Amino acid sequence: MTWDEMGPLLWEAAGQTAQMVGWSTLFTVLFGLPLGVALVVFDRGGLRPAPALKSVLGVVVNVGRSLPFIVLMIAIIPFTRLVVGTTIGTAAVVVPLTVGAVPFFARLVETALREVGADVVQAAQAMGAGRTTIVRKVLLPEALPGLVAAVTVTVVALIGYSAMAGTIGGGGLGDLAVRYGYQRFETLLMIVTVVLLVVLVQLIQSLGDLVARRLSHR
Amino acid sequence: MIQASGLRKVYGNTVALDGVSLHVREGEIYGVLGQSGAGKSTLLRCVNLLERPTAGTVTVAGQDLTALRSGELNRARQRIGMIHQHFALLSSRTVAGNVAFPLEVMGVPKAERERRVAELLDLVGLGGRGGDRPNQLSGGQKQRVGIARALAGNPSVLLSDEATSALDPATTQSILALLKRLNTELGLTILLITHEMNVVKSVCDSVAIMADGRVEESGTIADLIRTPGSRLTREIFPLPEPAPAGSVTLTFTGDPRQAVVSEVVRKFDVDVNILGGSIEDLAGGAVGRLRVSLSGGEEAGALAFLRSRGVLVS
Repeated sequence: MTWDEMGPLLWEAAGQTAQMVGWSTLFTVLFGLPLGVALVVFDRGGLRPAPALKSVLGVVVNVGRSLPFIVLMIAIIPFTRLVVGTTIGTAAVVVPLTVGAVPFFARLVETALREVGADVVQAAQAMGAGRTTIVRKVLLPEALPGLVAAVTVTVVALIGYSAMAGTIGGGGLGDLAVRYGYQRFETLLMIVTVVLLVVLVQLIQSLGDLVARRLSHR
Repeated sequence: MIQASGLRKVYGNTVALDGVSLHVREGEIYGVLGQSGAGKSTLLRCVNLLERPTAGTVTVAGQDLTALRSGELNRARQRIGMIHQHFALLSSRTVAGNVAFPLEVMGVPKAERERRVAELLDLVGLGGRGGDRPNQLSGGQKQRVGIARALAGNPSVLLSDEATSALDPATTQSILALLKRLNTELGLTILLITHEMNVVKSVCDSVAIMADGRVEESGTIADLIRTPGSRLTREIFPLPEPAPAGSVTLTFTGDPRQAVVSEVVRKFDVDVNILGGSIEDLAGGAVGRLRVSLSGGEEAGALAFLRSRGVLVS
């Protein structure tokens, strides 16, 4: 296969990966952030202790995290159809990607929020701040560098998951590597794809680290 | 201004507060002194209900806090400033942003907030440092930010949780001087907890000494100094114990620098042997304590004379 033949294939696959990862990151943050906050707020000794609720959430998150992505993707096909009306293609991959990443991201959010000092939270309580104010103006801003790091790790994980999306016709770089590189013995394409993925992950991680560092004033 | 009655706080099997009552008068600096684990931190946190006491009531500025529901309690807390041992500043905000935080909580409009923040930073000697980040400041400066933040809501009461314990001696003195100035200028009532006698000596009008969840003694420093055998006196003026037979301990309040001892020697022809003693500058004035043994003259008359001059003889 020549470079001229590979070009459009790579371009299209990269675009699909970007779409899958982009959308699923957006939805993961949208659902995972509140879930992570809930894990901290409802915990024993949290802002609004509700140990029973916290246990239920904890179990749900753990179940979500223990399913291998490829199993999850197939297991939730009925749900995917319900949400996006189809079970194949790029859009259909965003659903399992999000479902798979939300518990993962929520745990990372939980860890980042726990890094915020108890003394700072208590100081805010002593100033008469309510729970919502403390979450919005203390916990989230103080944990922001950690949250950025959590998003970075999640994006990298999503790039990895998205490689399996080929199974349900999602396309993307991983799928390209499997179909052309592995199944058709296009070794050069395989190598180029792998290099592209490595560079992409490196770039994202470096960018995430840079932003987190700039935001940190500890 | 602050009235705590019969406070008990029990964690599982541990009794942190075992029936503590405290009365802090308006405009005074009240120190709670004790070793770590004595329960003083729990006591302070019960005053603004960061810890809810197992039993007992807390009244601040005439309002029974233990009876309030959470919304009302939050509003009451806005009138009670608090400063912390490790400053508890928000690293995500600038100095000005930290001082503005309680104003945001109170819903003060932005323009008014900015004006007030500038005013508060000037008050604590940090004018012009509003744009800095807390991590660019020294410990003493961080505590000044903490103080400015605590004063944002014009509180009538300031609670200080070991506010100088993380600071070096010189910085400690400058922060204590600032607290004293705010006490005098703003009429701010201050309840502070500390394990350092030095803090009590420098700024407190009254003190409670705590051990094992109980108040061992409390009162104004002036009264406690005049109380024979008080723990405060023994700790401020350590003299060898037990006192040698025949010796007396003289406590000079008022002006300890008047020459009463030499007057006694002249008038009653006694020999005065000084066994130990010191003079300390306390918030209420200088106090001296001297252990002496008298011999060779009219000892009884000498002691009576000393008493008549306001010297406490024990």
